[in-house]
Amino acid sequence: MRIALFVTCVNDTLFPGTGKAVVRLLRRLGHTVDFPLQQTCCGQMHHNTGYDALPMVEPFLDTFEGYDAVVVPSASCAAMVREAYPRLAAGDPALAARVAALRVHELSELLVDVLGVTDVGAYFPHTVTYHPTCHSLRGLRVGSRPHTLLSAVRGLKLVDLPAADECCGFGGTFAVKNPAVSAAMCADKVGHVLHTGAEVLVAADNSCLMHVGGALARQRTGVRVLHLAEILAAT
Amino acid sequence: MSTYLGLPTFPRAAESSTVDSQLRANLRNATHTIRDKRAAAIGELSDWPELRAHAKAVKDHTLRHLDGYLEQFESAVVAAGGQVHWARDAAEANAIVIALVREAYAADAPPAGGPAWATGVGGSAARPGGAPWAEVVKVKSMATQEIGLNEALEAAGIAAHETDLAELIVQLGGDTPSHILVPAIHRNRAEIREIFRTRMPDAPADLTDEPAVLAAAARTHLRERFLTAKVAVSGANFAVAETGTLVVVESEGNGRMCLTLPETLISIVGIEKLVPTFADLDVFLQLLPRSSTGERMNPYTSMWTGVTPGDGPSAVHVVLVDNGRTGVLADEVGRQALRCIRCSACLNVCPVYERAGGHAYGSVYPGPIGAILTPQLRGTSSALDASLPYASTLCGACYDVCPVAIDIPEVLVHLRGKVARGAGHPVEKAAMGLAGWVLRSPRRLAWAQRWAVRTRRLQPKRLPGALGGWTDTRDLPAVPDESFRDWWLREGAE
Repeated sequence: MRIALFVTCVNDTLFPGTGKAVVRLLRRLGHTVDFPLQQTCCGQMHHNTGYDALPMVEPFLDTFEGYDAVVVPSASCAAMVREAYPRLAAGDPALAARVAALRVHELSELLVDVLGVTDVGAYFPHTVTYHPTCHSLRGLRVGSRPHTLLSAVRGLKLVDLPAADECCGFGGTFAVKNPAVSAAMCADKVGHVLHTGAEVLVAADNSCLMHVGGALARQRTGVRVLHLAEILAAT
Repeated sequence: MSTYLGLPTFPRAAESSTVDSQLRANLRNATHTIRDKRAAAIGELSDWPELRAHAKAVKDHTLRHLDGYLEQFESAVVAAGGQVHWARDAAEANAIVIALVREAYAADAPPAGGPAWATGVGGSAARPGGAPWAEVVKVKSMATQEIGLNEALEAAGIAAHETDLAELIVQLGGDTPSHILVPAIHRNRAEIREIFRTRMPDAPADLTDEPAVLAAAARTHLRERFLTAKVAVSGANFAVAETGTLVVVESEGNGRMCLTLPETLISIVGIEKLVPTFADLDVFLQLLPRSSTGERMNPYTSMWTGVTPGDGPSAVHVVLVDNGRTGVLADEVGRQALRCIRCSACLNVCPVYERAGGHAYGSVYPGPIGAILTPQLRGTSSALDASLPYASTLCGACYDVCPVAIDIPEVLVHLRGKVARGAGHPVEKAAMGLAGWVLRSPRRLAWAQRWAVRTRRLQPKRLPGALGGWTDTRDLPAVPDESFRDWWLREGAE
C-alpha cells in the first residue's frame, strides 16, 4: 500500500527520529512510504489557542488528498484533521467534502485497523509504561491498540501506569499560559511514571512526551521518553 | 457576581493554589472520592449513553422553543395559584425579591418608597446600622449566588440564612463557594470546626471535628431559623412547563424545611431550567444524582406546583431570570452550555480544577463549565474573564462525563477565538502571526529548521519572558542534527 506520511511540524523540526521510525517500520512491513515535501503543519496550535487555522486546511488537502492512507505519528494532530477540520470547513460544502474524503490515521490505528498487523516484529528489551495521551484516549479513542502492539514486542515488559487517563498537563500553549497548574499536573504524572519502575515512558504524542520528558530529565530521574513508533521500529 | 470583580486572572490565582498544601490535599481527596463514586454509579446503568443522548435532545428541544415553554410555564404556575415575575438581570431579580420580602414582613418593613437601601431600587446603597427587619431562609441555589442575592438582601436590611450545611460553612466563614455541588470543598473538617467555634454564636463548647458532631451543631443552629423566618428563597433544579411544577433535589432535608415551613416561598429560576413535561423528569432524575453525588437517588426530591391550601406556603412566587442567558442562546456553538444541569461532574474529573481550586475561576461557576459559562454570561472584557477559556488543557475528561453531552472543549476553543479576535495580547498575536507565516510555507519552515540547527550551541537552556514558565520546571528538547525533511531529502526517499 502506498502510504503518505504526515510527520507533523513538531516531529519534523524536533523529533526526526520518530518520522524515520515510521518510515523504517512501514517499509519493513512491505509498504511504500511517501513524504510529500510541501507539507507543513495542521494548524492545531493556532486553532486551540483561538487563532484562525482555516488557512492551513486547503494546503493540507492539496498535499494529502488522493492517498490510500495518511499516517500521522501524533494523536493530537490526527484528531485536529479528523475532528476540527470538518468544523472549520462547515461553511463551505466543497471544502467540507474534500475534508470528509481524507483518510487520516494515527499510527496505531493504521497498523491495527488498516494494515491488520498487531505483531510488527519488533525487539525492545526494556521495561516500558504507556501513557495514553488525551487525544489518543478521548479524541481518537484508539483504545487498546497501542497496548496490543506493545504487548507483541519481543523482550518488552509493559507495566501499567497508575492514573493513566489523567492529562499530563501539556495542553499546547496551556503549558506556557498556565505554567503553575501545568507543572503541578506534570509533577503528578512524573510521580506515577516513577512508581512503575519503568525505564521508558512511551506515548503516541511527542508534544506530551516533550513536557513529561522535560521534567523527567530536569529531575535526573533516568527515565527516558520514546514515541510508540520508535519502539515498534526497533529490532 | 459583583463580589468577584477585581480578582486576579486565572493563571495568577491558580498559581497561589498550587502551593497551598492544605487546599491541594482537600481538593484531591474530595474530587477523587466523588469521581470514583460517580464512575461506580454510572457504571451500573447499561443505558447511560441513551439516557445522555435523550437528555441532550430534550434540553436542545426546550432551548429551541424556549419562548413558548416559558409562557406555558407561567400560565401553569398562575393557574395553580402562584405568581411569576420576569427579571432581565441580577438587579431586577434582587429588587423583585426585596419587594416580596417587604410584602411578607409588611408590619416590620421600613416605609414604602423609602431609601434605596430598603427598596433595592437603584443598586445596593449602604444601609445605616441596626438589626435586620426581616429574615429569610435559603435553599442552596446557584442562581441566587449568581445574582448576588445575599449581598443585596443584606444591603436592604434583610438577613439571609443559608441552610445547606456547606453553604452555611461558606457564609459563616465570610467566604465564597468554590464548587457547584460542594461549596466548601476547599475546607476540611478541622477548618470547619474552627469556623463554627469562632463564627456560630450557639456552637456547643465541646465541639469536635467529627462530621456527625459538626452536622448536629449546624442542625441546632438552623432549627431556630426554620421556625422563625416568614420567607424562604430557593432555586430550582427543574421547572416543568406543562404543569408549572418546580423541583429541588437535595441531600440534607434543609431544603424540604425551607420549602414547607415559611408562609412565603420565592424561587429564583434561570430560564434554561425548563423541561417540557413532567415525564421528562424521569431521565433527569436518573442522571443528576448519579452524576453529581454518585448516588442512585438523592435523599430529598421536593416538587411543588403553585399553592396547596392548608399545606405549605400560602404565597408562592417564581422569579424567571435571564441575566445574560438569551445572549448565550444566540451563540450557535456556545448555547450548549445552557443544557447544564449543574451536576458538577466536570469539576470532579477536571485535572485543572483539582489543582487550581474553585476560587481561581473568580465566579460562582468554577471548573470546566464555569470556564465556558462565565465568559458567556459576563463577556470577556475583564482580564479574568478573558483568561477563563484558557483554563483548560482541552483533555476532554469533562465532555466524557457530562450527562447532557456539553462539548466543553469545543466551546472553550470557540471562546478562545473570541478572546484572540478581541483586544488579546499584542505579543502573542505577533508571535502567532509569525509562526503562522512560517508554518504556511514548506520553504520558510525548512529555512527556519536549518537556522535552528545552525544556532543550536547559542540557544539558552532557560527561555526568556512568558516562555520561562516552560524551562522553570522542564528541560528543553535538544535540537536535532537535521530536520526530518532534510534527512528525507538526503537519504529517506527510495
